[in-house]
Amino acid sequence: MDVQTWTYLIVGITFTLYIGIAIWSRAGSTSEFYVAGGHVSPLANGMATAADWMSAASFISMAGLISFMGYDGAVYLMGWTGGYVLLALLLAPYLRKFGKFTVPDFVGDRYYSNTARTVAVFCAIFVSFTYVSGQMRGVGVVFSRFLEVNVNTGMLIGMIIVFFYAVLGGMKGITYTQVAQYCVLIFAFMMPAIFISMLMTGNVIPQFGFGGTTADGVYLLDKLDGLHEELGFAAYTTPKKSLIDIYFITAALMVGTAGLPHVIVRFFTVPKVKDARISAGYALIFIAILYTTAPAVAAFARTNLINTVSNKQYSSMPEWFGKWEETGLIAFDDKNGDGLINYVGDPDKNELTIDRDIMVLANPEIAQLPNWVIALVAAGGLAAALSTAAGLLLVISTSVAHDLIKKQINPNISEKGELKAARISAGVAVIIAGIFGIYPPGFVAQVVAFAFGLAASSFFPIIIMGIFSKRINKEGAIAGMIVGLFFTSFYIIYFKFLFPEQNVEENWWFGISPEGIGTLGMIFNFIVSGVVSHFTPEPPKEVQEMVESIRYPR
Amino acid sequence: MPDQSHEAYWRTNLKYLAILLSIWFLSSYVLGIILVEQLNAIRIGGFKLGFWFAQQGSIYVFVILIFVYVRLMNKLDRKYDVDEK
Repeated sequence: MDVQTWTYLIVGITFTLYIGIAIWSRAGSTSEFYVAGGHVSPLANGMATAADWMSAASFISMAGLISFMGYDGAVYLMGWTGGYVLLALLLAPYLRKFGKFTVPDFVGDRYYSNTARTVAVFCAIFVSFTYVSGQMRGVGVVFSRFLEVNVNTGMLIGMIIVFFYAVLGGMKGITYTQVAQYCVLIFAFMMPAIFISMLMTGNVIPQFGFGGTTADGVYLLDKLDGLHEELGFAAYTTPKKSLIDIYFITAALMVGTAGLPHVIVRFFTVPKVKDARISAGYALIFIAILYTTAPAVAAFARTNLINTVSNKQYSSMPEWFGKWEETGLIAFDDKNGDGLINYVGDPDKNELTIDRDIMVLANPEIAQLPNWVIALVAAGGLAAALSTAAGLLLVISTSVAHDLIKKQINPNISEKGELKAARISAGVAVIIAGIFGIYPPGFVAQVVAFAFGLAASSFFPIIIMGIFSKRINKEGAIAGMIVGLFFTSFYIIYFKFLFPEQNVEENWWFGISPEGIGTLGMIFNFIVSGVVSHFTPEPPKEVQEMVESIRYPR
Repeated sequence: MPDQSHEAYWRTNLKYLAILLSIWFLSSYVLGIILVEQLNAIRIGGFKLGFWFAQQGSIYVFVILIFVYVRLMNKLDRKYDVDEK
């Protein structure tokens, strides 16, 4: 069977599965819609969290990104896993004990203020929308490349699927589809990785093949460093960015991860405090399987690519080369007219440009893997994008239905009315996200820095202080959030949108790039909240008692 | 429940957090970033050590840390009788 038939078959089966689960797990109450009734087992929640967390970017782009960044790619690897330690140790168990539905819920109650709640709602919605538009785009891209349908048609199909299970099932439907999606995506990621590891290093386990030797007896990484040196690229295994920037970016991604509302809210769905702790552990294991494989895939793909194209006749390139050239993701410009592909570090002499997304999507073809493996990658990419999109859409819908309507605009709304409002806002959110995907604002890549920066500089510090300090009051929290938020937004907007030409290391504060500035925003938030709280009255007694109570599981 | 035992429970919890987060910091920020160039002089198999910590080792440490924390806290909950029944 050819790739296309396989892809239709595998994608068709997985979509049927998702719809089946959606019908089976319809939500009947707001509690089921918001937090799956709090009945999810820690293991299932671990899997769902992993799928929720690993987006189209993790699945499609990350390995490619690392293969072009070398050592520097570690910012993503450490940043997007290390946050789970913070989540497990500092946030999840206490927020579970608090036991409400959303992150703005905690902020509003702990800081006894609807202003704080509203700021939190705004952040949650902003962060979620920026993130979700990228996912919808990912769905469209996978559809268009593998099934040769129009990007927008692909996205429409994706929207209908998400609409179906997010609107019908709420958190309950999302949780169980995410469990299925995790299985699909991890299988799809690991199969080609294992094949390629075997082909290149003879080792079945990619993590070991990564440090293994190639057919000629040389260590893979030494060979890669050698190739890089020969072609004039910076060495693969040593840092290129300044260490201070690597430090700040890693930190911003870690605390951003721990502050992202769609991840935090998953820990409201397990029955007990104990379950919240262990399920963060399960989640990290499931994530680590992909995250320790990705850098290995990056190194394999990089070596393979250089060996296949460097200094070879353009006319003798394999079939996949032409196919990806058509999509514009590979471009060859024979500057010296010798018919050979000059792939070198010097931009004036380099003749080949490669989009990083190709590394995962085309990897199976480059390594000449069977057709069904190639089809599997398409299904995996879709699973990764849909699962994350659904989690984010749920945050948007609960923020609107619960934190805005129920808690502020119309507290007398009936249970049934609230559920209806949640469903309608989920539906509207799907449509807005789809529009963002069809007409992508040209800055999707830049807004990712934004999402993490805002989560790091707003949510993370006030939640941590809300748990570990009884003294932080509403004045301090609001001031801290606003300072963190404005400082981080201003820095990112200045360098990313207003004056992108100035976005170079010499102009950065302390050498910190916009990607890492959330860390500094977080520090400012901590300082401002502490100082302002010190000079204003302490929180009411019942709030202090609440803080006391969330510290103990019973 | 007497307040004193609660306070002792919380202090032990904070102590655990301090120790575990120090290891978290050490494995990623110190070994994976600050000392990467120095550690790259040391090799294990095909890996330079600093590179390995940055792209593999730190992640394994993170996983272990969470499971150690879970064990410690489950014991502590039982000791101070604050575990969920």
